[in-house]
Amino acid sequence: MNQRSPKTQPLFAPGHRGCAGCCNAMAVKFILRAIGSDCIVATPTGCTEVFSTPYPESAWNVPWIHSLFDNIAAVSSGIESALKALGREGETKVVTIAGDGATVDIGLQALSGAFERGHNITYICIDNEAYMNTGVQRSSGTPYAASTTTSPPGKRSIGNPLGKKNVPEIMVAHGSPYVATTSVAYPKDVMRKVKKAVETRGPTYVHIQAPCTTGWGFDTHLTVEIGKLAVKTGLWPLLEITNGEITGVHRIRKKLPVEEYLRRQRRYRHLFTTPEGEEVIRELQEIADRNAEHYELEL
Amino acid sequence: MRLCIGGIVEPGTTLANKTGGWRSFKPEYHYERCTKCGLCELLCPESCVARGDEGYYEIDYDYCKGCGICAHECPTGTIEMVLEVK
Repeated sequence: MNQRSPKTQPLFAPGHRGCAGCCNAMAVKFILRAIGSDCIVATPTGCTEVFSTPYPESAWNVPWIHSLFDNIAAVSSGIESALKALGREGETKVVTIAGDGATVDIGLQALSGAFERGHNITYICIDNEAYMNTGVQRSSGTPYAASTTTSPPGKRSIGNPLGKKNVPEIMVAHGSPYVATTSVAYPKDVMRKVKKAVETRGPTYVHIQAPCTTGWGFDTHLTVEIGKLAVKTGLWPLLEITNGEITGVHRIRKKLPVEEYLRRQRRYRHLFTTPEGEEVIRELQEIADRNAEHYELEL
Repeated sequence: MRLCIGGIVEPGTTLANKTGGWRSFKPEYHYERCTKCGLCELLCPESCVARGDEGYYEIDYDYCKGCGICAHECPTGTIEMVLEVK
């Protein structure tokens, strides 16, 4: 048994209520490891908030505030402005850690406003591609054809009929100086990009894909493997966009067919049991191929 | 339970909640294969793996939920998942 002194306690303490193999807990751990203890974290409602702070406990060992789904970017803007008003600008880093529901659906207008005003904040979206904490409902981060409780597959449905909203591109369009996409399966990549984002002045955005064992339907030990497959099939490109220009692309040595990624998850199981599934898999393969061509993913 | 104004909570207090009881499989190290790379410590979602005195990594079984990521991702197969016996 290891006995750790309070000084070496992790910034995100054990004992939180995240599922076994939780991707969000991993993402938060990497983020805090990259930033260090000198930060103020704002988190909206979502998995991260619910499992990290069951009242009266908290897993956070950094200053932390919870607010609503729809205003978290406004809350971080307020923290940054308050620091400025007190003449303590740049003394600490203001970071938002939000889920995909709070980022791509409910909180998008506040996020857009914060980026328009140009606050010196870092907004990090941990994207597990549905509303996992309320029981896997579809969000606009849910990819095409994925099964959720509000987009169930059946005779007249192939799962989620709509594609994934491209929020990183929206943030680039806001004139953000640094936008990056990454995945929890690549911890060093996450830490490097988060570090760069908090060190860049102005509103910066990092989008982390996080495979959710409960919602996506795979065994708890596969979190990292599924995340790697999403990247290796070309469905989730890892990018860095500095001042509107693509400055970094994670290249894939050998691009895998999308079936390898889809077959491992319960949310895509219907594609392999219905006759319409084959056509949908072909469409998903086209999405991956388009990504690979557009971002020049292959070595 | 008395609620305080603003719902303020003390940092790191989830430590009082021992999640080890969630586990059905338990990771065990076979140190003769360990290269001390630290991947298990990096990937653990619980932050319950820590570096011991001799550089080998140790698991705090009070908190380990037995997800098995450490055993699955270990490049040398140092960690084995065994059925939890209570």
